[in-house]
Amino acid sequence: MSDRPNIPVIELQASAISALREVARPVVKNVTWTVAPGEFWVIAGQQHVGKVDLLLTVAGLLPPLAGTCRLFGRDTREFGGADPAERLQVGLVFAGGQLFHQLTLAENIALPVRYHRNLTAPEAERAIGVWLDLLELTPLAHALPADVSLDWLKRAALARALVLQPQVLLCDHPLGGLGTRHRQWWLGFLDQLGRGHEVLGGRPLTIIVTTEDLPPWKAAGRRFALLRDEQFFTYASWAELAASPDPMLHELLTDPPDIEL
Amino acid sequence: MQKKNLATAAAFADTEVLRNAPLPRTWSDYLGRKIFVLLLTLQGLGAFSLITLGVMLRKRHVAVGVIHPRIRQEIHRSGVAMVPMFILVALGLGFLVVGQTVSALTKVGAMDYFSSTMVIVVVRELGPLLTAMLLLARVGAAHVIELGTARALGEVEALEALGIDPVHYLIVPRVLGMMAGMFCLTIYLILGALASGYLCAFLQGVDLSPGDYVRQLAGALSWLDFVLLALKTVIFGFVIAVVACYHGLAQPLRIQDVSRVAVRAVTQGVIACVLIDLIFIVLYLLS
Repeated sequence: MSDRPNIPVIELQASAISALREVARPVVKNVTWTVAPGEFWVIAGQQHVGKVDLLLTVAGLLPPLAGTCRLFGRDTREFGGADPAERLQVGLVFAGGQLFHQLTLAENIALPVRYHRNLTAPEAERAIGVWLDLLELTPLAHALPADVSLDWLKRAALARALVLQPQVLLCDHPLGGLGTRHRQWWLGFLDQLGRGHEVLGGRPLTIIVTTEDLPPWKAAGRRFALLRDEQFFTYASWAELAASPDPMLHELLTDPPDIEL
Repeated sequence: MQKKNLATAAAFADTEVLRNAPLPRTWSDYLGRKIFVLLLTLQGLGAFSLITLGVMLRKRHVAVGVIHPRIRQEIHRSGVAMVPMFILVALGLGFLVVGQTVSALTKVGAMDYFSSTMVIVVVRELGPLLTAMLLLARVGAAHVIELGTARALGEVEALEALGIDPVHYLIVPRVLGMMAGMFCLTIYLILGALASGYLCAFLQGVDLSPGDYVRQLAGALSWLDFVLLALKTVIFGFVIAVVACYHGLAQPLRIQDVSRVAVRAVTQGVIACVLIDLIFIVLYLLS
């Protein structure tokens, strides 16, 4: 996969994205989208327009209702439980973290390496140590998800998604519900990952995030997409996005007013 | 083309359209709808059972470092942790059955049938069925609530996103734990009930030495009892676990659906065990 740099990481052609809760209902129609290695995409849209369904489709977890979805050149419809090689190249961070509530944060992060590399618990503990330190999770390693705030749950979910060293990172609402310090940390860390972090061997990660609030994502080199009325629109840059007359985009681009208490 | 296990199971599990349809106008409509729901549920349970068996065999060497500790954990939960409760139930069952049996048999002067009555009632029927009901209530209900909550909170999608088959990680250990727990606890319950039964008979002044009691029990038991008992307990364990896991995991749930599917799973578990028991009664009668 990484040996074939010319193949798009993700390629959707005339795809209809189905809803997770109602698999037969299309939430986005006729999506044609190509993501090249190392690109940083921001997908904007209001609630319930199918952003998470699009991410699940791209990750190969939800087959498209129509058209094709290719991950590293392979049709995701061919994915089965027995051959998750392409799937493991995609890390997915859900909006609420979706950690396994019976496991501690460290056990949650260690689960993918324990399962796929058949490591014992002490071996896995050593393998995830670097991630716990990097994401400042070491003091909370043995806490259960129910005892930890959303800020740290999302960070643990990010560690769990990155621990297998994927080539693509999908984040659903990474900044949603976070405090200011954590928002800044996420923006900075995702930026480092996009440019190539040493913990991933300096390889730039392909990143796709979803958001309902575009201003924090204004940065050079990022590409944007909008989900609206079951349609998918792409924009090559922030300038193109800002020049669009779309009223929905205008709303998503507007900074929320500061509320002073 | 290979479909994902849970997606395949969910395709068979869609009975909600029928369940949420408007009230039927006639009794025949009502009956027809019930039959449809029953057939769809049977189809879903059958498919889910086959998927579980397939994963159990196909992935028996996959991720043993994670799955084996999970199996041990489930055996502890469905077996070892239940032992104190089962000792109490075994004492109660022995006293209850023997108390009634001794008084009834003494009236008609048929105390020679005491041991064979114990074998028929405790070994063949009450032991396995009571164990199944207790395990269904205490562990099966917990399974469906745990899995239903995990499903509703999106943890199943998170597992799939990590390339971990939810059937392998969540279902297989529970099914194996329930089968092992069901088998062992039935044996403990039967042994406990037979021992406490003798104690009860002794306290009621029945003239029966321990040696004679054991000899009578051994005489009343045949090899078929052992074979069918083992088969019955393993099948009960499998069915209870599959019914609980199917309702908890096989279909997308919202958090408010969890209590409803828990009730449905326990009801269907009881019905399934009773139906299987009827099949075994036929087997005993034929033998």
